[in-house]
Amino acid sequence: MEKTGTDNSLVREISAEKYRYGFTTDVHTDVIERGLDEDTVRLISSRKGEPDWLLDFRLKAYRHWLTMKMPVWPHLTIPEIDYQNISYYADPTVKKEGPRDLGEIDPQVMKTFDKLGIPLEERLALSGGVAVDAVMDSVSVKTTFKKTLAEKGIIFCSMGEAVRNHPDLIRRYLGSVVGYRDNFFAALNSAVFSDGSFVYIPKGVRCPMELSTYFRINAQGTGQFERTLIVADDDSYVSYLEGCTAPMRDENQLHAAIVEIVVLDRAEVKYSTVQNWYPGDENGRGGVYNFVTKRGLLKGVDSRLSWTQVETGSAITWKYPSCVLQGDRSQGEFYSVALTNNFQQADTGTKMIHIGANTRSTIISKGISAGHSQNSYRGLVKVGENAEGARNYSQCDSLLLGDMCGAHTFPYMDVKNDTAVVEHEATTSKISEDQLFYLQQRGIPQEQAIGLIVNGYAKDVLNRLPMEFAVEAQRLLSVSLENTVG
Amino acid sequence: MARETYSELFNANRGLIDRGAAPVLNDMRDHAAAMFLRHGFPDRRVEEYLHTDVADWFSTDWGMNLARVQIPVDTAEAFRCNVPNLTTQTHFLACDRYVHREGGQQLPDGVICGSLSDISRSNPELVSSCLGTLADMDRPGIAALNTMFVQDGFMIYVPDNTVVEKPVQLVSLMQSPVQMLAVRRILVVLGKGAGLRLLLCDHSAASVPCMSASVVECSVGQGAGLELYDLEETSLSNTRVTEYFVSQQRDSRVHADIVTLTNGRTRNTFHSVFKGPGAELELNGIAIMDGAQHVDNYTFVDHQSSDCSSRELFKYVLDGESTGSFAGKVLVRPHAQHTASVQTNRNICMTGTARMFTQPQLEIYADDVKCSHGATVGQLDEKALFYMQQRGIGLAEARMLLMLAFMSDVLDRISLDPLRSRLTALVELRLRHGQAHCDGCNICK
Repeated sequence: MEKTGTDNSLVREISAEKYRYGFTTDVHTDVIERGLDEDTVRLISSRKGEPDWLLDFRLKAYRHWLTMKMPVWPHLTIPEIDYQNISYYADPTVKKEGPRDLGEIDPQVMKTFDKLGIPLEERLALSGGVAVDAVMDSVSVKTTFKKTLAEKGIIFCSMGEAVRNHPDLIRRYLGSVVGYRDNFFAALNSAVFSDGSFVYIPKGVRCPMELSTYFRINAQGTGQFERTLIVADDDSYVSYLEGCTAPMRDENQLHAAIVEIVVLDRAEVKYSTVQNWYPGDENGRGGVYNFVTKRGLLKGVDSRLSWTQVETGSAITWKYPSCVLQGDRSQGEFYSVALTNNFQQADTGTKMIHIGANTRSTIISKGISAGHSQNSYRGLVKVGENAEGARNYSQCDSLLLGDMCGAHTFPYMDVKNDTAVVEHEATTSKISEDQLFYLQQRGIPQEQAIGLIVNGYAKDVLNRLPMEFAVEAQRLLSVSLENTVG
Repeated sequence: MARETYSELFNANRGLIDRGAAPVLNDMRDHAAAMFLRHGFPDRRVEEYLHTDVADWFSTDWGMNLARVQIPVDTAEAFRCNVPNLTTQTHFLACDRYVHREGGQQLPDGVICGSLSDISRSNPELVSSCLGTLADMDRPGIAALNTMFVQDGFMIYVPDNTVVEKPVQLVSLMQSPVQMLAVRRILVVLGKGAGLRLLLCDHSAASVPCMSASVVECSVGQGAGLELYDLEETSLSNTRVTEYFVSQQRDSRVHADIVTLTNGRTRNTFHSVFKGPGAELELNGIAIMDGAQHVDNYTFVDHQSSDCSSRELFKYVLDGESTGSFAGKVLVRPHAQHTASVQTNRNICMTGTARMFTQPQLEIYADDVKCSHGATVGQLDEKALFYMQQRGIGLAEARMLLMLAFMSDVLDRISLDPLRSRLTALVELRLRHGQAHCDGCNICK
């Protein structure tokens, strides 16, 4: 096969299809001044009309954040971030004049979500569809199907609303999985978090539809610091989807979120993410810094939590969705496809912390690096002294497309119990020339062939995604790889 | 704290150290001291030392034999570390001092072998052109400390196209009436097309806690072949920190086995770099632990050149309250295409109190490569145990057989037949909870 010539010319033509969601919406947005100090924290809290205990929580977090430093251990080159040059609150729902009407949404915002393919009007949703909490910048714009869900006792609303209407639940669970001292970005988020979603599934309820949150950064010079909290009470079930996009800008925007999940006895939560923040252009300019702390506490016996993520966006990703397997026989799963192209960097993986007896965890991670990108898997499997019969299986594979990119694997295994069985396997290789040749021989162009092989490679993970997301994820993988033959 | 203590000790005794050593060694000390001051001792905050606090190990008030006091050692009686059916050329290090013995060694022409200090005096150009070229002191580790204090050690130089048929054995014995830190340096230089088999046996006969800080530099020339076996059979009160630095030129082959059978606390660091295409490295390790033993093996294989292959296999059996750690990093640099790398670490925890940490790592910047790693922590197969018991084999024996089988693939990779059978016997003995003694060796009796 004429390798070098074709490949290099194709590599040079990187990504013909532009980032599809890179548009901006011209909507009046109330943005607070840039900078971060205690007054900023107080201002955010007062804008949201929060009770004192929550302000105290924020201030404690802020003061702790001041004592912390950015983590340097990830395999990432993060340019210095000026935290004083970011606006920490942007509200696109505030009208220029007159009082705010919660029921009324700016038609521009409505259009934006329509354009993103997220219908905010319930009648437009498919039958049995998906309930959406749409978050633009710092504020939840609308949550659909709230009534239908409320009939079953399910609470699905924005975090701000939850603080007002369900303070007991929030007080009980907020910060119970990811404390504000957890890490640098968790402390920052705890200080300035704006909106996000809150989900509570009562005992014995099986959520009749998929719940989802769609995050959109729109305003310039801002960061997004949302917080999601999911509580699945005994014997309940919920499948939750998360999507995100941002406009194309030359500046780097910061997204530092926290997702906390509490899973009680015999409950099951499926959390799926298709992360498609703006990844920057082909020269590595712009893009979102995605520094996210996601963790689930499997508190109850026989509880289950499954993280599925497809990561194609963001200039830099730093994210380790984790499971704390506390309840006996609880099960944690992590399925991930992380694709990096151009100058993207990703350091992502998971932590499985086995505390209860007979706990099980599965990790399947597929990394794909192209262009000049760096893609790292970092995972921890920890088996505590009392985790009798704990079982883990990890598999992380990396695929290299192009000779300028990097694929790295950093698994950590700490085992403190002799009855535990922990297995880890990892492979790194380039795309199989035999497979490519076979497909090309049958008249499939090289580019399509690569798309097919990559989709096949990621199939284990894609199959885990709910239907709506799987289609989107497959398309994303192909688009992100377009003209990136290596 | 330990950093200041050792810096002061070095400054206060500089004259004494220099007097006991050759000028070539003394010339390197100033730079080493500066590097040591920069990095100090690694502790758990350093990623590569996550499970071993070397700084803490050095904080004990160890004595150092800087004045080169002769501790009497009866070599003939003490060293009979025989491997049946294997005749070797044996050399001895008593703590950190090379022991000269009667009787000539039969080596091919041009091979230089013996005390590092002596060779530094007789062949200063040769030593200065090799010593310290591989041991990187500008990083966390003990290379700087070793270079600061080293006064003696062992060196072997094999010129181009010369093969040393008879294996060379270096027995290092720790024997001291007081708590002592021995600083040893071993230098192995193989010219183009040279061949050498080297056995390093680490023993301790000390009645008090002792510590060794060794640096082994191996420069392997184009097309040369080195087989290196490192066997540690010290004592529970022994602490060992060893750093290997191996550099391989084009088409060279290195086979290294690091075996820990009896020890107290051990940290082995193995740095390997491929400088030319077509080179091969096979690196294996065994650790059998019980009680409060601690074994930490860290390997770093740097694929700087294309078409090289590395194969690693480390196996641990942990009993009692022992702690094992394995971290292996494989770095494939840009342009190191056609790299093949396999790394495997398998571990068995026999008790609830044994702890195993494993951390295989791949860092890859070239696309046409085949790299994989695998790690497992588990127990003996219950079904296999049951099967054997059903057939009248006692539980203890069945467990022992399974463990031996578990270790067998590492042992099978040893190409030196007599050594393989000897090690198999030692491993079996060790698995039966006996001490892994060499027959006829007085220190072991």
